[in-house]
Amino acid sequence: MDTFILYAVAGLCLLASFLKNRGKTSLALRKAYKAFEGILPQLLVVLLLVSVALAVLDTSTVSLVIGKDSGVFGVLIAALIGAITLIPGFVAFPAAAALLHNGAGTVQIAAFVSTLMMVGVVTLPLEMQYFGKRTALLRNGTAFLFSLVAAVFVGWVVGL
Amino acid sequence: MNTIVRRYGVVLAVALLFAIFLATWPLYQHKATGMLLFQAETMLLVIPPIFILLGLLDVWVPREQMMRYMGPGSGAKGVLLAFLFGSFAAGPLYGAFPVAAVLMKKGASFTNILIFIGAWSTTKLPMLLFESAALGPRFALARLAIDIVGIALIAVAIKAAISPKEVDALYAQAARML
Repeated sequence: MDTFILYAVAGLCLLASFLKNRGKTSLALRKAYKAFEGILPQLLVVLLLVSVALAVLDTSTVSLVIGKDSGVFGVLIAALIGAITLIPGFVAFPAAAALLHNGAGTVQIAAFVSTLMMVGVVTLPLEMQYFGKRTALLRNGTAFLFSLVAAVFVGWVVGL
Repeated sequence: MNTIVRRYGVVLAVALLFAIFLATWPLYQHKATGMLLFQAETMLLVIPPIFILLGLLDVWVPREQMMRYMGPGSGAKGVLLAFLFGSFAAGPLYGAFPVAAVLMKKGASFTNILIFIGAWSTTKLPMLLFESAALGPRFALARLAIDIVGIALIAVAIKAAISPKEVDALYAQAARML
């Protein structure tokens, strides 16, 4: 659905641009290609890293370590797993719901969901290419710490 | 030839490690290759429209206009715009980085770039509906509320930690990307 909207928007903009000015449109496409080719090596590295991470960390491994009684350690592990993996939301949310029904704790799941979205360890090579080492590491580091706070908050609200 | 080897050297090294990983743990062979195909498919699907859009953005949106709406001194309006822009975007977080580069090239302020990245990562609207259905509205809304605070805090922290000189270097680099 997300992807469909993306294509519809890109297609419409491209068409409007083409009707208005062909030269500018072909320049835009050349720039798009240059930007893509520039980042391709990092993208390929990320692709390989993600595949290994997701092969090792599946739902059954995850549910083992982040149960209701896993405590602070479980929250940390959940946050780490979320930070390393790169799963699209439409896969992650049902998986998180299934984990929750199978005895995972709310705080653990909230930590997992939060770091999953905010922190990207495997996409770091890509992020560094755009933002430099320091900014990328700082963003991921603070986002990780913040995710722990967010998890406790979400757990508290859900438990009210 | 030399530049290709230099640019793709790391890719080759990681691919070699990947092959060693598959050979050492046959248990993961099937899942790892399946994941590789699935992720490649997602990337190939998501990337073309994002890059086309940012190419168009670069060609059509004048720098002065972007400066006015999202540049330094754009104030609350710029922050709100960066937040909405990120929230209505589609695609995984790695799609946000090239878009951020174009916004930087066009003169959006560093704080607004950080807010844009934060919003893209956590407050995407279509995802929120999905999260609410799967994990309950309480969970989703509590996370949305705390994450809005988080986006602001992280943006302020990074802005404070990165020197203006470093920011300038990042902007110069972003301009070369397109």
